[in-house]
Amino acid sequence: MLKLLPLIPLFPLISSVLLMVTVGKMPKRLVAILGAGSVGLSAVTTLLVGLAFMESGQPHHQVLWTWMQVGAFSPDIAFYLDGLTLVMMSVITGVGFLIHLFSTEFMEEDASYSRYFAYLNMFVFAMLVLVMADNLLLLYLGWEGVGVCSYLLVGFWYQNPDNGLAARKAFVVTRVGDTAMALGLFLLFTELGTLDIQPMAAAANSQWQVGDTLPVLACLLLLGGAVGKSAQLPLHTWLPDAMAGPTPVSALIHAATMVTAGVYLIARTHELFLLAPPAMLAVALVGLITSLMAASTALVQHDIKRILAYSTISQIGYMFLALGVGAWTAGIFHLVTHAFFKALLFLAAGAVIHCLHHEHNIFKMGGLRTRLPVVFWSFLIGSAALAALPLTSGFFSKDMILLQAYELPTFGPWLWAGGLLGALLTAIYSFRLVFVVFFGKTQMEPDKQPGSRMAVPLSLLCVLSLVGGFFALPLVPLESVFPVASDHHPSHLIEGISIAIPLIGLAIAYFIYLSGQLNIDGLVNSAPGQMLKKFWFSGWAMDWLYDRLWVRPYKGLAYILRGEWVDVIYNSIVKVCQQLFVGLSHTQTGRLRWYATSMVFGVIVVLALLLGVI
Amino acid sequence: MDGVSIPLDHVLLLASLLFICGLLGLMMRRNVIFILISLEVMLNASAVAFVAAGARWGQADGQVIFMLILAVAAAEVAVGLGLVIQIQRRFKSLDMDDADRLRG
Amino acid sequence: MLELILFYMASTIALVSTILALTRVNAAHALVYLILSLLAVAVVFYLIGAPFAAALEVVIYAGAIMVLFVFVIMMLNLGEKGDRREKQLLKPQIWITPVILAVLLLVELVLVLSQSAPAETQGLISSKEVGMALYGPYVLAVEIASMLLMAGLVGAYHLGRRYLEEGGGS
Repeated sequence: MLKLLPLIPLFPLISSVLLMVTVGKMPKRLVAILGAGSVGLSAVTTLLVGLAFMESGQPHHQVLWTWMQVGAFSPDIAFYLDGLTLVMMSVITGVGFLIHLFSTEFMEEDASYSRYFAYLNMFVFAMLVLVMADNLLLLYLGWEGVGVCSYLLVGFWYQNPDNGLAARKAFVVTRVGDTAMALGLFLLFTELGTLDIQPMAAAANSQWQVGDTLPVLACLLLLGGAVGKSAQLPLHTWLPDAMAGPTPVSALIHAATMVTAGVYLIARTHELFLLAPPAMLAVALVGLITSLMAASTALVQHDIKRILAYSTISQIGYMFLALGVGAWTAGIFHLVTHAFFKALLFLAAGAVIHCLHHEHNIFKMGGLRTRLPVVFWSFLIGSAALAALPLTSGFFSKDMILLQAYELPTFGPWLWAGGLLGALLTAIYSFRLVFVVFFGKTQMEPDKQPGSRMAVPLSLLCVLSLVGGFFALPLVPLESVFPVASDHHPSHLIEGISIAIPLIGLAIAYFIYLSGQLNIDGLVNSAPGQMLKKFWFSGWAMDWLYDRLWVRPYKGLAYILRGEWVDVIYNSIVKVCQQLFVGLSHTQTGRLRWYATSMVFGVIVVLALLLGVI
Repeated sequence: MDGVSIPLDHVLLLASLLFICGLLGLMMRRNVIFILISLEVMLNASAVAFVAAGARWGQADGQVIFMLILAVAAAEVAVGLGLVIQIQRRFKSLDMDDADRLRG
Repeated sequence: MLELILFYMASTIALVSTILALTRVNAAHALVYLILSLLAVAVVFYLIGAPFAAALEVVIYAGAIMVLFVFVIMMLNLGEKGDRREKQLLKPQIWITPVILAVLLLVELVLVLSQSAPAETQGLISSKEVGMALYGPYVLAVEIASMLLMAGLVGAYHLGRRYLEEGGGS
């Protein structure tokens, strides 16, 4: 069964290539079957492989062929299956399949139906390569592959220049991180002599001591890549704009899978990070600050997708926090549960947008509770899990992260407190969303109801969001991958606070947005309140800062250089060549005598050289 | 014939002089027939050198090469004269300076 | 001694007639001088012990190939007009560069010749020996020469056809 491993990425690849070469000539029905079916097949294969893996319990390593061979550098096209890979694959193929299924109805009226599925399948392929890769180079291939697919899908409706701009922004900003990651790979290869993950970890453990400069540097460079891909500070600005793509794309790429690639990368190379405590601390701080920043920003947005985008950034911040404090298992656990409930939220938001003539502003919605019951319940469950209300999946994973953060010596309680503040904000903004969109008075009538191909994935994701966290089921395969966390439990008070915080947030949201008993208009309308709101609304003014810091100086430089005086050198080379050409073309007289004379001259010179006269 | 000793240098000098004559003709004449005649002279000069070298070593190879040169000369003249006819028809002149379409 | 005297005489005739051939205005006159030059070279061949080469020089060069030239000159029928045109072409200024170059080349060739040790031609090489060599080690060269002649035949036939005048080319 384990030998079926390479088939898993193969199905979406074949489907994608087929859809590409038929250039949209395929009937829509067939496109849907092919697009969703291939990912479904992958999901089934993943299940089979996963069962076989659980039986043997041993990591499975499968070399397909040698990619290239340059001296001692010979990366293979090889897959490595362990618990971490299996968890990631299950999320990608499982959630991916549900989102594909949802898309078959969501994109029904789009002219580029087949192009959409070609990109989406290609994305699944690249993402699978990313998580299954045995060496960091192949991982990097998948890493860039998902970047390209993300670019293509964000700019899917390319007729609108804004979407193209958002796609370019996503591409360029993640490229900054990717460059750092490439540098990290170079460093690792020159220092350790291999990019194969398992031998590399062994070499690192034998060559480096904990706290050496080199592992810290390498880990910080890898962190740069992770930060870019996972939209963390300071490279997070692309994700909110990436919402320009179709909503299922946001669900799959910009919530459930691709943006968590950074988390996967750090978890995959955790043995390196264990050698670099400063880098670990950096990971934790980046995660915490990002989660607070994004949560406060989400609090004041009014585009439904932007709220969810900032929420995603914030939740990935939690995962980074978990990784930073060494709670690897908790981080991946949160990744999985987040994939469930955030995909659910995005799909539900997509259904709302779909049924409301592409309306994004939450304050123009309202009262949809009775009109779109399936969507309402989905959204409610998703928000509950996002806010980490007790017994939802998000509760278990977030609780695990916060408790383990508390355990960390020195910084632990501070990180814990920051995380709690974030959790409070999360509860407030997620229920603000629910109350504003689904309660209150109706402002717009939905013109259609979600069909079965939308309702089924929503329901399944509801179930996963609710029970996905029980018994920490997704964690079983991870036990063999990560070092075991300590059994020590903090006091019940700490646990009680963790549980109470989301409920407090829910209550605050209820009193502000639903019952109106808590009036904050005065607070908001005061001068500092307005400033804070403006500051938060702009996402802590990061776009403004980058505009001043990078875009404008660059444009200024371009303005200075518009005279093209750098080109003068090249242009003068061209001019000289042209003059030489004109001069030499005069020698082409077309006269036979002239040519004969030239040849004789040449013979004389050559003979003279041979004789040594000249 | 027996015991004759003609200095090789002198034969080769003859060949050189003939070759130079042909070269001069090639460089100066504009008439395409004279250009062909110059080529014949040059080919013949090189043939003289080959035969002389063969005679120097008492080998038949020089004369074999002479025959190959003969074949080359025959083919060249046949094609060259065909070209002469075409040039005369096209340009109504045998002046090669009129046929300068390759001018840069 | 006689051979030496004959050799120098033949050489002189060959050179002078070649120079005359190349300086003629009338192509037909030039050809006669050229034939004379080739015959003189044939004498040289005979004197340096290559009677077979001498015979071929007379039969093929002075005979067959020159006849081709004569035919073409007859076909073109240049007449007096061509002569006058040729005279204009032989202006002194176009002589200067080629002559300088030719003298330079000659000096170099003489330098090359003077570097080799003096040697003399020896004995006769019979036509039998030539034939043995030709159909022994050189048989491939003979085949190639025959293909070359074939190609020359086809090329000459193609170029000589009249239709090229109207439609082809340009």
